[in-house]
Amino acid sequence: MSLDSKSPAGPIAQKWDKHRFDMKLVNPANKRKYSVIVVGSGLAGGAAAASLAELGYNVSCFCFQDSPRRAHSIAAQGGINAAKNYQNDGDSVYRLFYDTIKGGDFRAREANVYRLAQVSAEIIDQCVAQGVPFAREYGGTLSNRSFGGAQVSRTFYARGQTGQQLLLGAYSALSRQIGLGKVKMYNRSEMLDLVVIDGQAKGIIVRDLVTGKITRHSADAVVLGTGGYSNVYYLSTNAQMCNVTAAWRAARKGAYFANPCFTQIHPTCIPVHGDHQSKLTLMSESLRNDGRVWVPKKKEDCGKKPSEIAEADRDYYLERKYPSFGNLAPRDISSRSAKEVCDEGRGVGPGGRGVYLDFADSIKRLGLKAIQDRYGNLFQMYEKITGENAYEQPMRIYPALHYTMGGLWVDYNLMSNLPGLFVIGEANFSDHGANRLGASALMQGLADGYFVLPYTIGNYLAQQKEKAPSTDHPEFVKAEQEVHDRLNKLMSIKGKRSPNSFHHELGHLMWENVGMARNEKGLKEALAKIPQIREEFWKNLNVLGDKEDLNNALERAGRVADFLEFAELLTLDALERKESCGGHFREEYQMPDGEAKRDDENFAYVAAWEFKGVGQAPVLHKEPLNYEEVHMSTRSYK
Amino acid sequence: MPLIKFLRSTVGLKIIMGLTGAALFAFTVIHMVGNLQIFLGQEALNNYAQMLHASDEVIWGFRLGLGAVAALHILCAVVLTIRNRAARGKESYAEYAAPGASLASRTMAVSGVIVAAFIIFHLLHFTTQTIDPSFKELTEIHKGAERHDVYAMVIKGFSVTWVSVFYIISVALVSFHLSHGIASCFRSMGLTNPAYREVQEWFGLAFAIIIFVGMAAVPAAVLLGLVKL
Amino acid sequence: MSTTSNSMTFNIRIWRQKNAQTPGKLVEYKLDGISPDMSFLEMLDQLNERLYAKGEEPVAFDHDCREGICGMCSLNVNGIPHGPDSQVTICQTHMRIFKDGQTITIEPWRSTAFPVIKDCVVNRSAFDRIIQAGGFVSVNTGGTPDANALPISKEIADLAMDAAACIGCGACVAACKNSSALLFVSAKASQLNLLPQGKAEKDRRVLKMVETMDAEGFGACTNTNSCEAVCPKGIPVTFIAQLNRDYAWAMLKGAAAEPKATVGGA
Repeated sequence: MSLDSKSPAGPIAQKWDKHRFDMKLVNPANKRKYSVIVVGSGLAGGAAAASLAELGYNVSCFCFQDSPRRAHSIAAQGGINAAKNYQNDGDSVYRLFYDTIKGGDFRAREANVYRLAQVSAEIIDQCVAQGVPFAREYGGTLSNRSFGGAQVSRTFYARGQTGQQLLLGAYSALSRQIGLGKVKMYNRSEMLDLVVIDGQAKGIIVRDLVTGKITRHSADAVVLGTGGYSNVYYLSTNAQMCNVTAAWRAARKGAYFANPCFTQIHPTCIPVHGDHQSKLTLMSESLRNDGRVWVPKKKEDCGKKPSEIAEADRDYYLERKYPSFGNLAPRDISSRSAKEVCDEGRGVGPGGRGVYLDFADSIKRLGLKAIQDRYGNLFQMYEKITGENAYEQPMRIYPALHYTMGGLWVDYNLMSNLPGLFVIGEANFSDHGANRLGASALMQGLADGYFVLPYTIGNYLAQQKEKAPSTDHPEFVKAEQEVHDRLNKLMSIKGKRSPNSFHHELGHLMWENVGMARNEKGLKEALAKIPQIREEFWKNLNVLGDKEDLNNALERAGRVADFLEFAELLTLDALERKESCGGHFREEYQMPDGEAKRDDENFAYVAAWEFKGVGQAPVLHKEPLNYEEVHMSTRSYK
Repeated sequence: MPLIKFLRSTVGLKIIMGLTGAALFAFTVIHMVGNLQIFLGQEALNNYAQMLHASDEVIWGFRLGLGAVAALHILCAVVLTIRNRAARGKESYAEYAAPGASLASRTMAVSGVIVAAFIIFHLLHFTTQTIDPSFKELTEIHKGAERHDVYAMVIKGFSVTWVSVFYIISVALVSFHLSHGIASCFRSMGLTNPAYREVQEWFGLAFAIIIFVGMAAVPAAVLLGLVKL
Repeated sequence: MSTTSNSMTFNIRIWRQKNAQTPGKLVEYKLDGISPDMSFLEMLDQLNERLYAKGEEPVAFDHDCREGICGMCSLNVNGIPHGPDSQVTICQTHMRIFKDGQTITIEPWRSTAFPVIKDCVVNRSAFDRIIQAGGFVSVNTGGTPDANALPISKEIADLAMDAAACIGCGACVAACKNSSALLFVSAKASQLNLLPQGKAEKDRRVLKMVETMDAEGFGACTNTNSCEAVCPKGIPVTFIAQLNRDYAWAMLKGAAAEPKATVGGA
């Protein structure tokens, strides 16, 4: 079956305007009669909940942290893109659109991306009006920088804490609505199931993480802004509690999961130092502006101190392979190159999983002071974590899972194939294709939350004849019972292993076999092993403590159980996509020089998977990608 | 009612503490300057004392005003201390390092109570002369009229070793209180910004030392026999 | 037995409390095999894994991003919120700064306004309510002027950013002998009051935020600087002075936190 993206017809620049005009509106006086559930309070969820409440809808917002301000959007460092062309350097909506499509390796939907570029400018206006303290020039205008290899300076930033500042902006808007009584906020509350009635999403089942109480919540529409699934790899730069549960629960209820194999690896993270490691720390990519990446030419040198390795014995492999972009080669390329040299046995540091990022030349050229001014906080953070002084010896870096482009399938209205279920931000698949550009995640989350969903959800609600069902509806009763049964099961296995140990095991397998470079053998091996881990999980898990109490282990167990199902889908998608594009690299499909070999003839589609049961083969639905505006070209960063 | 809100809020009460604290500090400086006239001799000090007492209305007005300021300072301190204790909660830390806080800043309530006790003693000692009523009989003839010989009273008072030692210890506590209090006044009144913060902290510390030296100088000088009848 | 640099042993005294209703106590655990490269929370992960193996319930503590920005982690370590390392959260603190064999005492934030939920987890929703009272600019989505229409000097933007760096962890309250939340409140109020966008409702903002802060049961600021000393983002106490100033002005002007009801209004 082919999926309909519902992209409006007409010239690309007019699609959104026309669509907005064609959409049905909800009468202002009637808005309060509609209730909307927003799950997640990050950039997308927080912005959506606040905006919907401002419009007059009845909003309930749920987050599993102790406050909506903790959502993981807060950790984004670099910045947010917007086609403002404040620098007069030739930026435009069309250029941002083009760069995003190209950066996504031609696997994103044109109409969505164009709309994203269109609303990007409004986001900056909105955030400034909220009091987000973006960096400024002496003259009082906003400052911009070029980010992630972009040819124009379109990135707005607030020191190295742009995500934090944008999130706190959305949080303050949300807080205002909570204070006004227009949003009912549920902190420390986790969505454990979606309720679907007659094919439409009508509510959720929630566990209060403090009391363990399970409650039913009914609404006219459900919005998921629940982030990505990087933590399926156990170690990632995501926060510890980021998980796929909300999205996966929706997928189990019939929402299609699109392109799960499109995962992004960030090249500049602090390497793993031991088995006990709980997370990876990302360092801003801006470091690559002044650092040179190298490894020893000879394996024998890997154990030596970097200062003892002569210049002639160093391999500046990015400069060697990509002379024009050098150390600024795109994320996927520099990540994969790092893996290659480490696989060759030339990696440095614990376990040989690291490459040097050397600032010696820049310090010589610009002076220590200049480097301190630019990166002082990053060097300090590096020292806190590793105990090493990067002014004196090169940093060690290694790629880590960072962002997931895949997510629940949505149409142009950000609605999934389940009517009434909207998915926004990283949780959906829509705008980044196979690879996301730097500083575009924040843009997409806020675009969806502030400027897209509030319109499109109205169009859906205006067409709803029946009001939100009672929570006594049999589907609610059934869904709640299922949640209880599952929790009881998790509690009653009483095996020997902690949820964390299963997560660790799954993550290791995923990273090794479904990580940066994938091949058929490894993927098949993973597909064979994941069900085994899952089986062991349901046999040998041990969850201590009570169900009716704050119980981190129980929460974790539920999330790991979902990862164990989802991982199989991710792996299958990676196996079925027999091409290399963006964040998905199949070793069998590469150019003679090691570049990704995309197959537009056979794979220019969105793979949307329909869940058919645990251990059952999911059904693939394809949404063909038609490029009317942009010519599909081969990415080249040579 | 804004005023009631102000008086109920922790910030409002702290602003009042800042204002009253500043006034009490200013008085302390004037008091110290007055005291130091002892080193100019009997004539000068007694003239000064006579001048202060020239008008009953003025001195009583001043005394009542100062008393009210001190009372307000203490009242706010009591109210805030009760609220602060309640805010800290029943369960206390097994280990508490009071990071970054000077001893003076942590013990303002204690040093405040001791200072208040000292002031009461001081008033009973030299102002009402209740502790040693013989002070009342110390007079001198000046320009044909009889007047109180403050100079003699001070020397007589401080000739008792324990009294002098008690005064020196007490003014040390006053300056300890001020070492945090002066800068704290600026902060509570909202008169601090990044540019002036350090200056104010130095100012506070410097004046705390000056007050100690200036105040302790009198009993010390008497005790050492540098000032005598 | 000699200890190599790769293995440290600690005597962990950590607060265990089943729930808000049950009294808690410090419980001691001996923990060996800790690598100096572990983060503090990874050390606690190890403790929990060992407890798990013994069938004991693991210690509950709040954490999420583990990179010092989400503000979730909240442990008082050896008497200092976020532990002995300066200007970092406890999640960014690494074991190498502790001495092998040391006793480490771990307690939750203590404050009436932050009741303990379980073990070292406390409820900080009082902070949310302070923000809900006034920690925002009243602007709806859409219809905002161009971002460059309002020039803001770099100095003001930078100062606002210094204040905005607050992660809302509550270490300031935990460190203060009075459990005062004034550093938190003043950081948010100052950020918005400094910027031209936030000036329109400056008076109302400080009044509402201070009123809510007091109602939540936080204490008064006595300028001890403990908050500043433990703040993982190094937010200076000068913002407290700014809040006091803004508050005094609002009061002098007779501004009221509640707007007068308008007849026939929305």
